[in-house]
Amino acid sequence: MWEMAKQRDAYGETLAELGRERENIVAVGADLCGSCRIKKFGTEFPERFFNAGIAEQNMMGIAAGLAMSGKTVFASTFAVFATGRAYDQVRQSIAYPEANVKIVSTHAGITVGGDGASHQMLEDIALMRVLPNMRVIAPADYHETIKATRAIADYKGPVYLRLGRSNIPIITDEDADFEMGKATLLKEGEDVTLIGTGIMVSRCLKAAKILEKKHDIDARVINMSTIKPLDEKMIVDSARKTGGVVTAEEHVVSQGMGSGISQVLSETYHVPMKRVGVANVFGESGGSDELMEKYGLTADHIVESAHDVISRK
Amino acid sequence: MAKLDDNRIEEIEEMARRVRIHVVKSTHAAGSGHPGGSLSATDILTTLYFEVMDHRPDEPQWKHRDRFVLSKGHAAPALYGVLAESGYFPVEELMTLRKLGSRLQGHPDMLKVPGVDASTGSLGQGLSIACGIALAAKIDRESHRVFAICGDGEVQSGQIWEAAMFASHHKLDNLIVFLDRNQLQIDGPTEDVISIEPIVSKWKSFGWHTQEINGHDIEEIVDAIDRAEEKDGKPSMIIAHTIKGKGVTFMEGSLAFHGKAADDEQLEVALDELGGA
Ligand SMILES: Cc1ncc(C[n+]2csc(CCOP(=O)(O)OP(=O)(O)O)c2C)c(N)n1
Ligand SMILES: [Mg+2]
Repeated sequence: MWEMAKQRDAYGETLAELGRERENIVAVGADLCGSCRIKKFGTEFPERFFNAGIAEQNMMGIAAGLAMSGKTVFASTFAVFATGRAYDQVRQSIAYPEANVKIVSTHAGITVGGDGASHQMLEDIALMRVLPNMRVIAPADYHETIKATRAIADYKGPVYLRLGRSNIPIITDEDADFEMGKATLLKEGEDVTLIGTGIMVSRCLKAAKILEKKHDIDARVINMSTIKPLDEKMIVDSARKTGGVVTAEEHVVSQGMGSGISQVLSETYHVPMKRVGVANVFGESGGSDELMEKYGLTADHIVESAHDVISRK
Repeated sequence: MAKLDDNRIEEIEEMARRVRIHVVKSTHAAGSGHPGGSLSATDILTTLYFEVMDHRPDEPQWKHRDRFVLSKGHAAPALYGVLAESGYFPVEELMTLRKLGSRLQGHPDMLKVPGVDASTGSLGQGLSIACGIALAAKIDRESHRVFAICGDGEVQSGQIWEAAMFASHHKLDNLIVFLDRNQLQIDGPTEDVISIEPIVSKWKSFGWHTQEINGHDIEEIVDAIDRAEEKDGKPSMIIAHTIKGKGVTFMEGSLAFHGKAADDEQLEVALDELGGA
C-alpha cells in the first residue's frame, strides 16, 4: 500500500525553505495560517509574513500590491474563500495586471468532510481556469506539491495551486521531474486512458489495477497536474493510442479538468469520453471516504466509466 | 419587559447548562466541530430562544416569528442545542452532528433544519442576510424582530461594515445584533491578528445604538435587548464580553478548542464540570 501524507505539509515546508533561499518571498494569510501551514514561514520570517485576519478580499489586494512592488507573494487560505469570496479581487487585481501572486489554497474538494457544503469547494478549478493569465495546478501528492511550490515560485505571474486537507497516498517518485504544463505518464496502456488530477490520480492508478486484474483491460494512466495550460499533446496522443478517455477530479464535472480535456478533444481528435467527478450539486457533512463514495469519486466509479467508454469505442 | 425574577434566571441558566452539555457531547461524537465559539455564545442563544424571541417550534415557518441569523455559523452546535431543547427536532438527533446523512450539517443549513432561518458558515455574510430580513419586515410593515450573532474575528470582514452602513442608513431598528467578544479567532487574539478596537466607537460611528454587557449574565442580556428596543430608528449592537469555551475549564480562553472536539478523556472531565451524564 501507498504511504500517506498531506499536501499542505509539503507546501508549508517548501515555502519555509524558499523563504530561506529568497528574501524576496512574502506570504499572506487570512486567519487560517496554521491550517494552511504558512505559519512555519511566518515564525521564521515574521517581517515577511502578514495575517490579514478574516478578510480574504483584502488579503488578495494586499498580495497584489506587494507583487506590484517586486515581491513574490504566496497567498493562502481555504479554496472556497480564496477563489469564491475573493473572486473579483483575484480577477481585477491579480489576473488582469498579471501580478506575481501565487494563490495556494488548501481544503479544496469534498474531502474537507465534517464542515459541510459551505466549506467544500468543488467549483474552484472552473473559476480559476476561466480567468485569463491564470495558471492552475493540482498536484497529485506530497512530493509533487513540493515541486509545484518551487516551480510556481520560479514562474513570474499569477498561479492557482490547489491542495487538499487530508492525508493522501504518495504515488509519485521523489525524484521524478515536474514541469508546469507537462502531464506525466504513470502507466502505459492500450485500451483506455485514465486522466486524473489531484487526489484522483491515485484512484486512477487503483482503477487501472482493478481493470487489469479483474477485466483484462490495459489502461493508460496520466497525471494531469497542470490543469491550465493543459498538456494538449499528451491528451491527443493518449486519445489516439487508446481510443477512449476517462477523466477524474474531485470537483464538479461541469467546467473542471475533464471539461477542459473534452474541449481539447472535441476540437482535435474525437473519442468516447466520460468525466468522473461530482454532479452539479453541493456537498454535505460526512467522513471523507464516505463522501468520496457517495459523490462518485472512487476507483470503482472510474472502472465503471472505463467500461462505458470502451463499450462506445 | 418586566424584570426577570431569580427563579426565571435560574431556569435559563439551567437550560444553558444543558445546551453546553449538548455542545460538548455532539462535537465529541462528531470528532470535530467548534466547541469554543459555541460555548461563548450559549448564554446569549439560550436567552434569545427561551426568554426573548417569539417563535413556535411546532410551526417553524410561522410568518410572525422573530428571526435569528447565526452569522458566525461555526457555532452551529450551540444553535442546534437550543433548537432541539425548544422542540424543533428530537434532542437525540444532536448526536448525528456532522455525520453523513444528518440534517445537522457542520454549518447551519436552512433547507435541512427546522428553525434555522439562514444558511451560514462563510463568515461576514450573515449580517447582510439579517439586514435583508429586517428590511423585508419594514416593507411588509411586520413587527417581528431580527436577531443575529457575529464573531469578533468575523467583523474583520469588509462585508460586515457594508451591512453596518446599510442598516443604519435604512434605520433598521428591528435588527438587534450581538458581537460575541470572546477575544479570540483561529490564529490568535483578535488584537494580535488584526485589531478590531475600539470596537464600540466603530459601531457607534456607523450609526448604531451600542451597549456593552457581560455575555454570560442572563439578566444583562435581557436588559440590553429591552434597552435596544427603546431606540427608534437605529439598529442595535450589543457588544457581549464573553469567554471562549465558557463552562469547560480546559476550553476556556483556549485557541486549541476553537475547532477541535474533546477526546474521550476530556469529555468526561467536561461533563463532570457541567454536571452532565
Ligand atoms: C469567510 C471565512 N473565512 C474563514 C473562515 C474560517 N473560519 C471559521 S471560524 C474562524 C474564526 C472565527 O473567529 P470569530 O469570529 O472570533 O469566532 P469565535 O471566536 O466566536 O469562534 C475562521 C477564520 C470562514 N468560516 N469564513
Ligand atoms: Mg472570537
